[in-house]
Amino acid sequence: MLRAILPMIAALGLALSLYPVEAASITALKSLKLDVPISDAMFPPGPGSDAMNNNCLACHSADHVLNQPSLSREAWLEVVNKMITAYRAPVSPEDAKAIVDYLARTKGTS
Amino acid sequence: MQDQDVPPPRLTRRAALGRLGVAGLSLMSSPAFAQQTVDLHVPGGPSSPVITTSYPQKGRMILQRSSPPWLETPFEVFDKGVFTPNDQHYVSWHWATFPGDVNVDSYRLSVRGHVNQNLSLSLTDTLQGFPRVEIAAVNQCAGNSRIYAQPRVAGAQWANGGMSNALWTGVRLRDVLDRAGVRAGAIQVRFGGVDEPVIPEAPKFLKSLPIDHARDDEVMIAFGMNGEQLPLLNGFPLRLVVPGWCAVYWVKMLADIEVLDQPDTNYWTATGYRVPDTPHNTVKPGEAGFKLVPVTRNAPRSFITKIRDGDSLPAGSPASVRGIAFGGDCGVARVDLSIDDGSSWQPTQLGADQGKYGFRQWQAQFTLPARGLHTLKVRCTNTSNEVQPAFWIWNPAGYMFNTIETTHVVAT
Repeated sequence: MLRAILPMIAALGLALSLYPVEAASITALKSLKLDVPISDAMFPPGPGSDAMNNNCLACHSADHVLNQPSLSREAWLEVVNKMITAYRAPVSPEDAKAIVDYLARTKGTS
Repeated sequence: MQDQDVPPPRLTRRAALGRLGVAGLSLMSSPAFAQQTVDLHVPGGPSSPVITTSYPQKGRMILQRSSPPWLETPFEVFDKGVFTPNDQHYVSWHWATFPGDVNVDSYRLSVRGHVNQNLSLSLTDTLQGFPRVEIAAVNQCAGNSRIYAQPRVAGAQWANGGMSNALWTGVRLRDVLDRAGVRAGAIQVRFGGVDEPVIPEAPKFLKSLPIDHARDDEVMIAFGMNGEQLPLLNGFPLRLVVPGWCAVYWVKMLADIEVLDQPDTNYWTATGYRVPDTPHNTVKPGEAGFKLVPVTRNAPRSFITKIRDGDSLPAGSPASVRGIAFGGDCGVARVDLSIDDGSSWQPTQLGADQGKYGFRQWQAQFTLPARGLHTLKVRCTNTSNEVQPAFWIWNPAGYMFNTIETTHVVAT
């Protein structure tokens, strides 16, 4: 019913104000003070999990990594290098190796 | 949708900006309890993200990442209408350090650089000092649908809900630039928000538009979204809206506009968000030697929303189907439906046009001839006569996917 009426309204050139409401109603904005959740979840323990926790969680939560697909070691190396070179993550070479090993072991393709 | 035991991301309250140093983390045992997940049925890794209702001003969302938040719009929302409700408009941030506390009296938008006169606009100046404009436009992440990349690629694992449509209210960027007076020789305009990288050396999130694009009639500084102020997580109080272009350009919590007379060399404009310079931005996995270009405009897409993959329908009797489409950087010309896996196509009826950059609803009637499995496909042609491709689009970063969508049904 509604769908049948909508094209008629448009054809008549009338404003479609069913939803959203008329925008002219915004006269001022109201300050916001909100709590945005963060996660304090750590990586599943195992070889390299300390390097993961100490380096990765400064910028993003663990679920970022845990939701990634299974990738090859080469692909994980590329991801870790991007974090270091593009996003300037201060990761030592030793930790970078431990991180790639952890990812290839826990989220690898082979 | 199902309940599963999964490691729950324990969400805690944001203590302060720039928290999340390693010292601020605590090791606590993780309580195992059933959480609602959504099963995206994708091979090659996890595809059952959890549902969250923990984010301020947001309803039920798919949790792709807790911090910085990646919250996906659940797909069933798209069947309810062409405008995505603000509390389910998807959310994506690059850096975690953005404020939860925004004071509208002290907030300022600066306009500077290659201009005659620097501006520092209050929100009252912005709302009251320029003509108002409205435009419906789809806000879509360049990586929407990345989870369907085969082979899979790294990045936000969006299903098809890394997009939302809203009616945006604001002022023309051009009018604001004219107030400052763009000087001869300007080539780009760079936009920055109040969000900052956690690591000071990391590249602040900035994005630039060519000067002519920035001065068209459509690029907008939005303060309204579906008739209300923007939710914090969608960029309150001001957001750049670039109709027809990928969301990476739609800078949130917009605070700084810098007119440049030299090319922007920052990472996000000069290096990040690249696709192969090939037709449909597609390459073969492992292929090398192609040129990379920035993501820019959206491509046409269409979706069935009323019928879901795996649904059962009666054989031999009429059924109805509906969905949404968008043209990308122009309007929808037509949407066609196939009930035989793409062998033949029938036109669908388009719903009201509520803006060429927004979602457009479509509907059709069809009859499945016989019992058994059937494959439905839906295909959008935009007003530039660009058609969604039937082949599987793939590129290394998983951007710009707009392959024709497929829905499998069983006729009983």
